[in-house]
Amino acid sequence: MDDIPVIELKKISRIYGKGDIAVRALDGVDLRVDAGEFIAIMGPSGSGKSTAMNVIGCLDSPTSGRYRFMGYEVAGLSRDQRALLRRHYLGFIFQGYNLLPRASALHNVELPLIYMGQARAVRRKAALDALRKVGLEARAHHQPNELSGGQQQRVAIARALVGNPKVILADEPTGNLDTKSSVEIMDMLRGLNRDSGLTIVMVTHEQDMANYADRLIWMVDGRIDRDERKVRAA
Amino acid sequence: MAASTVTNAKCGRLEMLGETIRLAIQAIFRNALRSFLTVLGIVIGVGSVIAMVTVGQGSTQQVAADVQKLGTNIVIVVPGQDALRSGPNSTTASMFTLRINDILQQRIPDVVLSAPISQTRERVIFGTENRLTDIVGTDNRYFQAARWDLAAGRLFEPGEIASGRAVCVIGKTVHEKLFGSGDPVGAKIRIGALSCRIIGLLQSKGASTFGSDQDDFVIMPLATFQRRIAGNTDVQSLYVSIRDGASVEGAMVEITDVMRELRRIRTGEDDDFEVLDMKQFATMLTGITDILTGLLSAVAAVSLLVGGIGIMNIMLVSVTERTREIGIRLAIGARSHDVLMQFLVEAILLSLMGGVIGIVGGLLLAAAGTTWLSVPFSPSLGIVLASFAFAALIGIVFGYFPARRAARMDPIEALRHE
Ligand SMILES: Nc1ncnc2c1ncn2[C@@H]1O[C@H](COP(=O)(O)OP(=O)(O)OP(=O)(O)O)[C@@H](O)[C@H]1O
Ligand SMILES: [Mg+2]
Repeated sequence: MDDIPVIELKKISRIYGKGDIAVRALDGVDLRVDAGEFIAIMGPSGSGKSTAMNVIGCLDSPTSGRYRFMGYEVAGLSRDQRALLRRHYLGFIFQGYNLLPRASALHNVELPLIYMGQARAVRRKAALDALRKVGLEARAHHQPNELSGGQQQRVAIARALVGNPKVILADEPTGNLDTKSSVEIMDMLRGLNRDSGLTIVMVTHEQDMANYADRLIWMVDGRIDRDERKVRAA
Repeated sequence: MAASTVTNAKCGRLEMLGETIRLAIQAIFRNALRSFLTVLGIVIGVGSVIAMVTVGQGSTQQVAADVQKLGTNIVIVVPGQDALRSGPNSTTASMFTLRINDILQQRIPDVVLSAPISQTRERVIFGTENRLTDIVGTDNRYFQAARWDLAAGRLFEPGEIASGRAVCVIGKTVHEKLFGSGDPVGAKIRIGALSCRIIGLLQSKGASTFGSDQDDFVIMPLATFQRRIAGNTDVQSLYVSIRDGASVEGAMVEITDVMRELRRIRTGEDDDFEVLDMKQFATMLTGITDILTGLLSAVAAVSLLVGGIGIMNIMLVSVTERTREIGIRLAIGARSHDVLMQFLVEAILLSLMGGVIGIVGGLLLAAAGTTWLSVPFSPSLGIVLASFAFAALIGIVFGYFPARRAARMDPIEALRHE
């Protein structure tokens, strides 16, 4: 229904350094992601997956090329405007969870809502709802070091979800987890995509995890090598 | 719809500030000891300013009240500060003489009278009782100028003054300590080697001046004091009474002119004496204030500077320690401004905490100090508020640089920080 693509990369390059030591982390990437897609990005180490995620997440600026996010020409936005894009439309899930260490699960999940300026009671309720969705309501007042890796990642998912983003960016979300926890996390992401129509872009090294996605992008040397859509079984 | 979300960032600002303050308080108390040590400089700086100003104001009030009581038409002439400081060993050249005193009285029409004064402290003995008290050598002009009235007996006869007879008039305190309720007039007391007959008893002035007892002294003729006690012909100060209705300031200028002439001070040279009205004289007596104020101001300034640098240092440490946290916040959608505020508020609260401890400590110190000096303790709200504001200012000034460093971090690098 939405004909504007959520993510549209055109000839995106990201070059680190200058001259002889210059590294082309991204080398002319074209990519279009529509609302509601679930994409997995795979590729050898150093192929530019994380760099691409940083560009998509408006955390990094490409050296050349055009990037439109939800119709916004990102290159034309200030640092603060990009922060606002992240605040309102993007949710991040990291390999290393990246929770605030000395804050409760609840406070971690509330964090995005604080920056959205929501009243305490409202955000408390929303954060508890998000924790319930990931099955951790009972652990709301635990700190990250009192939670298992899988649980921490579920808190991170709740944090990514709580602000009702359009897109979730997950860079190796199961990279630190055992198979059982990984499957739990993937089931969760799969469900969010299916039930809420959330657009998900995920980097992974594991084929099993990539199989959860509808579309697989294979990167090599900063370029998109393959882009396969899967016919989803019901 | 989307465009307005990105451009309109002003929603819930108060909500955010409340959260920022909560966060800062948490961060401060997470390292309570470190925080306290950090703000020690601010505590000492603010505390000494508060204590100093409050005690200063108390003694100023006291002095003003005392001056009112003494009368405003009294001027005191003392040798230059150098002569005063060197004490009993000072050269006689810088002291005054009876001749100078009398010429001053004759030459200046606005001077009603001028009393010569020399004094020292000595033990006074009667029977088995004794007391260390002020021994003053002067003449009857002093009783008149300083408005002393007799309770019993008489003042000095002209002959007693001229020939320096061993007679004295005593204050109420000396009377009570040596004689209890008995009649002292006619009795002989020993002052060092001198045996001295009491001829008069003064009425009590009751209240103390500058915290000291006014009635605690023995007065004898100047010549007696010079010959039998001091062993010289010095006059240490002149107690000058100005005519009612005449300008005290004008008289002080005239006194200065005459004194310069009598002491042969050439034009361009500095005075080697000081002419003080009662207010200045009182300030001179409570006089540590100038030196103390200077010293404490210096301590305060250095402490505040050290405190500020301490805050900057600890905030830089805190920013580095929390690099990853800053990265997380930036990724989640904090703007530079949000991060800047977070650390700035923390620095300000830290500094204010020091300020508040300093204010409380300073007031306690001032309460003790004013009690000890027996001057009124009346802390001013103004100085408390000013200290508070100044502490906040230090937080802003020294917290800004670390906060800006945090605000300018690159989110990717911050997230990668270990
Ligand atoms: N800040 C940087 N400075 C210089 N070079 C960088 C920087 N970040 C990444 N690179 C380089 O860019 C290339 C792509 O890195 P990137 O992190 O995107 O790889 P990746 O596909 O995510 O690898 P991995 O699977 O190991 O996470 C690599 O050659 C890397 O060395
Ligand atoms: Mg990577």
